[in-house]
This record gives sequence, C-alpha cells and structure tokens, in this order.
Amino acid sequence: MISIVEEPAYDLPVGERGGPAQPLISARGLIKHFPVKGSGFMKPKKVVRAVDGVDFDIFKGETLGVVGESGCGKSTTARLLMQLILPDRGDILFDGETVGGALPLSDYRRQVQMVFQDSYASLNPRLTIEESIAFAPRVHGIAASRAIARAHDLLHRVGLEPSRFAGRYPHELSGGQRQRVNIARALALEPRLIILDEAVSALDKSVEAQVLNLLLDLKRDFGLTYLFISHDLNVVRFMCDRVMVMYLGKVAEIGSRDAIFENSRHPYSAALLASMPKMDPAERTSEPPLSGDPPNPIDPPPGCRFHTRCSFAESICSENLPPLASVSESQSAACLMSVPGSRHSRAPALMEA
Amino acid sequence: MQTAAMIDIRNLSVTFNRGRKPVKAVNGVSLSVQPGEVVALLGESGSGKSVTMRSLLRLHPKGTTIEGSMTVAGRDVTGLTAKDLGAFRGAVASMVFQEPRLALDPVYTLGRQIEETIMRHEGISRSQAAARALALFQKVKIPSPERRLQNYPHEMSGGMLQRSMIAMALACNPKVLLADEPTTALDATVQIQILLLIRDLQKEYGLSVIFVTHDIGVAAEVADRIAVMYAGRIVEEGNVADIIRSPRHPYTKGLLGARVELAHGRDRLITIPGAPPDLAAMPPGCAFAPRCAQVSDLCRTEVPALMPIGGAGSVACVQCA
Repeated sequence: MISIVEEPAYDLPVGERGGPAQPLISARGLIKHFPVKGSGFMKPKKVVRAVDGVDFDIFKGETLGVVGESGCGKSTTARLLMQLILPDRGDILFDGETVGGALPLSDYRRQVQMVFQDSYASLNPRLTIEESIAFAPRVHGIAASRAIARAHDLLHRVGLEPSRFAGRYPHELSGGQRQRVNIARALALEPRLIILDEAVSALDKSVEAQVLNLLLDLKRDFGLTYLFISHDLNVVRFMCDRVMVMYLGKVAEIGSRDAIFENSRHPYSAALLASMPKMDPAERTSEPPLSGDPPNPIDPPPGCRFHTRCSFAESICSENLPPLASVSESQSAACLMSVPGSRHSRAPALMEA
Repeated sequence: MQTAAMIDIRNLSVTFNRGRKPVKAVNGVSLSVQPGEVVALLGESGSGKSVTMRSLLRLHPKGTTIEGSMTVAGRDVTGLTAKDLGAFRGAVASMVFQEPRLALDPVYTLGRQIEETIMRHEGISRSQAAARALALFQKVKIPSPERRLQNYPHEMSGGMLQRSMIAMALACNPKVLLADEPTTALDATVQIQILLLIRDLQKEYGLSVIFVTHDIGVAAEVADRIAVMYAGRIVEEGNVADIIRSPRHPYTKGLLGARVELAHGRDRLITIPGAPPDLAAMPPGCAFAPRCAQVSDLCRTEVPALMPIGGAGSVACVQCA
C-alpha cells in the first residue's frame, strides 16, 4: 500500500476526543415526519413517518450495516445523520458533542462524509474529477494547488491513475470508476465517519467486489468508521461488524453480525434473511417468508408495526408497541416475544426480583 | 431435440447504428429453449442479455441491424411483417419488463389495459374480456382483485404492479414468456414472492421462459438452464446445478468466486480485475482475455466457439476444450 499522507493535510486539528469507548456517533430519539401534499386543507393532515423514534450508536472503527425494505427509513436516517435534512426531534452526538450545539456544523461536516447510490447524479457534470475532489478542501480554506495535489494522491489511492483520469469529466467514466471518484471525494476532508448509502448497489457484481475490497482497505489505512446501508444482506454480512434492521421508521433489531445472521430474535429479521434467493437449486424456496408489500409509512399499523405481516402475531401485538430491549449482551430486539411478562404467549415469564 | 424447440436462436447478431460508431451488442448468439423450459440469461450490464431477448419480439429501434435467424413456436421472427408482429406479440410471446411503472400506461386503469390486450387479440366483447381480466388477477394472487382492476398504476405498490404486468403478459395464453429482470427493482421480500409466482405459473401453463437477470441467486431459484453472457456472446451454458457447482469458463468461475457469501472469515473478496470491454472497440480474440488469469496467446487472436463439453453443457474457452 502506498502511503499518501506525509503531513497533516489541514491545519485545523480534528480527531479523537472521548476515547475509544465512547461511540463515534449517537442518534438519540430521531424523528422525521414529512407532510403529505394535498392533505390538511379540509382533510385530515397526513404525514409520512419516515423515521419515528430511532436510537443507535456507531462505535469507533466499526462498520454498522443498515438493512430493511424500501420505505423503512434507511436513507432518511442517513440524511438526518449527515444533516442534509433536519430532524423534527432528537439529537445527534458526535464523539460526545451535540451536532449544531457544541460542535458547529462546518466542523461536523468535515468529519462525516457520504457516498450516494447514483454515482453520476452525485458528481457535478461540469467539473473534472480532480476539481470535484478538490472542491471541498478549497471550501475549507486549502490553497488550490495543494488541494489538486491531494486530489491526485486520492485518485491514485482509489485505483485511478491521476495522469489518465484527473482531467476527465464524469460522463467519460464507467459506473465503477465514478463510484471510486465519489469515494475519493468523500475522503478528501479526512473524515472519521463515512456514510455509504447503497454505494455499491448500482454496480455490476464483478465491479462491486472490487469496490468492497477498496472500502475495506481504506477503512484499515485511514482508521475510518462506516455506516453501510444496503438492501443486499450478503454484502452486509461480509462488510459489517454490527447490523441494524429497520422496519417502517423504527429499529426492529440491532446487534452483532453473528447475532443477527445466526440467531435473529425479531421475526422480521428472520423473514428478511429467509427471503434471500438460495444459491443451491436443490434447496429452492418453496413458500415466500412474507406475503404482501411493506405497509405504507403514512398510516403505520398501531402497536407493533410488523404485526400485520408477522406469523407470530397475537392480539396483544396490535395494542402494545414493543420497546427496543436488550435480549443479550450483543443484541437488542423490539418484539413482545422477547419482553418478559408482555402477555404474548411466547414471551418469557416475568422473573420475580 | 432441436426440431421441437420452442425458441430457436441461431447465430444472432444485433448492431445498433446510432452514434458515431456502430455498436455490436450481440455477437453470434445461439440458444434454444424447449417447451416448458426456463432458461436464465445471466450477465452484467452491457453483456447483451436484454438485447438478445428484445430481439425475439423485435423491439429494437429503427436502423438496428439484426442478422441470423430466430424461430419462436415455429414462426420465423426475422421475417414477420408489421401486421404479423402485432398478432405475434402478446399472443405467442409476451414480455414482463423491469420497471412496471414505465411499461404500464399511467392514464388508464389496469383493468382497461388488460381488457384492451385481450380484445385486440381475440375480438371478444368488453364484458367477456373483463371477466378474463378478473380471473387473471385472481391467478396472480392480487388481493381484492375487483377493486384493484379499477386502480391506476400510481395507486399500486411495485410488487402489485409487477403481478399486474405478469397478468397482462399471460392474458392471451402465450407459449413463451420473456422476463427482463422482473424482480430487480423490488425488495428481497417481494422478489421471492414474484419468483415463486412465475415458477408456479410456468409449471401450470407449461410456458417456455427466458429470464434475464444479473443475479446468480435469482437464476438458481427459477431456472432449469443458465446461459452466461459476456460482451455480446454466450460464454457458457448448462443446467443450473452444473453451472453453480462446477463452472468451467474462467468468467463464470470468477463471477461465482466473487460472491460475498463465500467470503466468511476472509477479509478480502476474490475479484475479476478490470472491467468489461467497450462494445464499440472489442479486443480481437476472446473478449474476456484481457481480464483472464489463464490467458494464452491463442486467446488473444481467436474467438473461441461455444463447444459442447461432457454432460449437457457447452463452453466457449480454448482452455476448457
């Protein structure tokens, strides 16, 4: 591996503050509701409950995967973390400091960067790729020549030879090459956290594998932390240390990779895992694990949001909203079956203290 | 065996003459599909899998050169007139597209669109066609079908729309169903429902199906045989279990080896280096040679033919012959 960082690239110090045990980023009670157009005038006001009370931590140096069906709030969560949209309620703490409070937004953005799914739409078509990569450092006050030199280093680092690629425009690159440029751009400010929102989903399988390897190398070499959003559970299993399963704006289950993939405690996680195509034609799926499409986040069902599709649902599930409760050291699930004394027939008995 | 094939493609080449250089998207593809057989065309973007399938309905823009021969249910597709094509599409072979939202007309209800298809082909009354549409919606397991037939496409979810597309494709009892990545835009939980629906309907009606996909797992769930395409050519073909358990062509091996499922406990994926070639500037010889680990001098000069190997498969690689 070629080291490109001989000197601290920027004069402003950023970096480790709270020690390794403190989560790098913590979301506390995030809520984001989007108003629905055409409602509210002479009609009841409706909102899309995109993210409806989400708490989680991302620890330093880990990769947290986020999975779930479309409309479950994965991307909204990412955009809230990035402060591209502001939460209706809730706080984001970055290494112990409230974003927008103790930690000004401009300092925060230098430490958190994002890579989007659509590699073409996220690059300015009128800028060459070296200009795109150098843009953010220049905004943060780096001299143009130094920013361009650093852009070349980064291009080299993501596997694009600067002498061939630096002067090209986004339309002259393939999808995989453009996604490498987006990754280089995200690295340009030396961030600590990178949010990857379906960053490899649009790539062909053989190119996807190359980009995943690149992401792992960069994580190791730059000491990065990733939030990795994907609908591909196989990729999440390969990339992530911990996994968060979302359903209709809420966290259904969160835990270590092994806990989620081998011992999931929420029926939705289990169904999601069982929905993956089997690679062995002798063991084809015979029954769909879930029927129907995900319900509409405009009018989520009362009680547990999953009870309309859950094969273990009982009447109690439509009345009580299960809290996200710890089920083991490395795993929390929001299911009444895991809550002692919840009046669900499969729940463990309440222990007397 | 070959005389009874439902779909028989011989040496098909498709060249698009738009832009500065003509682009040969499909380059000498031969494929036959038996009655009641499901064949998955597997490949990455630009490999020519969709172009091959669209040729079967002659859906290409004007000015596209099609060479070779294609026979579907005993009809020579290359020679059909515009009028014959109208009768052919939908009644003999029909297609399910990747994006139902783009394939369906937003200003008509789904019921009306399906009725129109049936009336156009069979000249029956609207009330008879409406009864058929209702039966189709029940067949594809759409809940409350009477109400759903009155819906416009924007009122339905992606999975329901794809079910409607399948109902419409089957409206006139075709013998051949062409599915162009029908589940790629869907969530995994919905994808598996649609795959099982296609599999059930295929068995019930004895359809011949060509299923285009880039996802090996999807192919393993639905297909009897898999044909792997790379840069406009079929590089390997065989029954699904053989391809997945013992791939022969270096590209198929690479594709299967790059799967993240295999990487447990390993910190890197095995990858195929490089990227697929530009179709307007193809390398001489084997198109995969620049990325192949087992490349020899012969590979760079000669295009390998698709040769039968032991068992039921064939492979286009000089190393495997």
